[in-house]
Amino acid sequence: MLNVYNILETIRMIQDECLDIRTITMGISLLDCIDTDIDKACEKVYAKIVKKAGNLVAVGQQIEKEYGIPIVNKRISVTPIAMLAAACPDGDVVKFAKALQRAADTCGVNFIGGYSALVHKGFSAGDMALIKSIPEALDVTNNICSSVNIGSTKSGINMDAVKIMGQIVKESAERTADRDCIGPAKLVVFCNAVEDNPFMAGAFHGPGEPDCEIHVGVSGPGVVRAALTKYPDASINELADIIKKTAFKITRMGQLVGARASELLGVPFGIVDLSLAPTPAIGDSVAHIIEEMGLEMCGTHGTTACLAMLNDAVKKGGVMASSTVGGLSGAFIPVSEDAGMIDAAVAGVLSLEKLEAMTAVCSVGLDMIVVPGDIAPETISAIIADEAAIGMVNSKTTAVRLIPAIGRKEGETLEFGGLLGSGPVMPIRDKSAAKFINRGGRIPAPMQSLKN
Amino acid sequence: MRAVVTVIGKDTVGILHKVSGICAEFNVNVIEVTQSVLQDMFAMIMLVDISAINSDFSELVDRMTALGNELGLSIHTMHEDIFNSMHSI
Repeated sequence: MLNVYNILETIRMIQDECLDIRTITMGISLLDCIDTDIDKACEKVYAKIVKKAGNLVAVGQQIEKEYGIPIVNKRISVTPIAMLAAACPDGDVVKFAKALQRAADTCGVNFIGGYSALVHKGFSAGDMALIKSIPEALDVTNNICSSVNIGSTKSGINMDAVKIMGQIVKESAERTADRDCIGPAKLVVFCNAVEDNPFMAGAFHGPGEPDCEIHVGVSGPGVVRAALTKYPDASINELADIIKKTAFKITRMGQLVGARASELLGVPFGIVDLSLAPTPAIGDSVAHIIEEMGLEMCGTHGTTACLAMLNDAVKKGGVMASSTVGGLSGAFIPVSEDAGMIDAAVAGVLSLEKLEAMTAVCSVGLDMIVVPGDIAPETISAIIADEAAIGMVNSKTTAVRLIPAIGRKEGETLEFGGLLGSGPVMPIRDKSAAKFINRGGRIPAPMQSLKN
Repeated sequence: MRAVVTVIGKDTVGILHKVSGICAEFNVNVIEVTQSVLQDMFAMIMLVDISAINSDFSELVDRMTALGNELGLSIHTMHEDIFNSMHSI
């Protein structure tokens, strides 16, 4: 039954605490668009996306009106393009990126993710061509996101791919140096990538997914923080309970919106990703939740413990609120997209090493971290390898989204604007990992993979 | 199908009249109203039946929002499902 308190609480969450649906993402399989003629394949890709998602933005806006809840992004994820590229080895893979961009423009969506390759055990036809084309693809398009999965708990880490991705990230930054190095901000290197992630830049539509489905990513760091503020003297387990209750409410809203979108679009409902995704807006920060728990600044000692509790409580609260939970589901820690993280990094309290430790207990990885522009590609590869090792051994998704700030040094700032925010250039170690990276090969799958 | 209209802001003459006027215009039946005036802050929550609405629900939302802007009040019109799903299992 409706009561006044609940109604006012919901309105306050939306009005004052930045509660929103971060994204509704339509996953579309492009496996039926494969063609040996790349131009024909691109036409099929464009036609299928427009047919399936032509209505997505309008439906999103209708739901926003109906429930009075903002839906910040409407997005599309597609089958890893490397699978399509495999059929046309002589074609210019970037044509696919351009076709996706055209589809994004026609549908009016914010992003299309899936300019991707899955190479955790090795390269198959199409993979290498796609990976090599990433810097150009991210340069000539605006709304296309790319990801590459280079490792998994089941298969180990493909160190050849790790080596290449270091070069690709650097090259991508160089090609877009005149636009604040925006290229690598749209590129994620994964270990244990999930197939139904609705969040960018890492979204793609896995080959095990149905033809078309709708995923919802909820957000709401501001709501969690506001809830904690009311209990300044509560014990940690009481805080965990408060977070669970809040996560439950947020996720229920995601479930409602997803179910309604699925009904209106006539497409099956995939998953709710119950993530705390920060934005640079005031009051929408994961770092501030951690500080609310009792740390003077995010990044100081105790941060990993706070984040572990937060991440776990979010999952526990959300999991009962939705019929199907999936994606990454947890707390995100993208540095440039979180006002509190930016402050902590500028103050020198939040270091790359601390962030790495945090990624062992949060839902993703080293995200939106700006590094000096003169970083060696092998060093980027080594950071990717470290992060992938954490994911591989802990059976969790980890990701790396580093932005080499070409022409800038430690202490300077890179401004992306919008949801991507701004990030200070963070210091890195100056000793080389080149010999290790240049060995190539594969880190064998760990003992954790032998579960059968 | 029901929706919830909430009105929050500075009290003035005729708020209830104007809000319910729009409801009548859209053939939306007012089921329940609770309102309180604390000092000069006005807070009203109205439960309305929208099953016989003679236009799009989104138009009703727009009209209410516009009225809110005109009177300097915050008026939200939201489908009841959002409250039901968030606050009950």
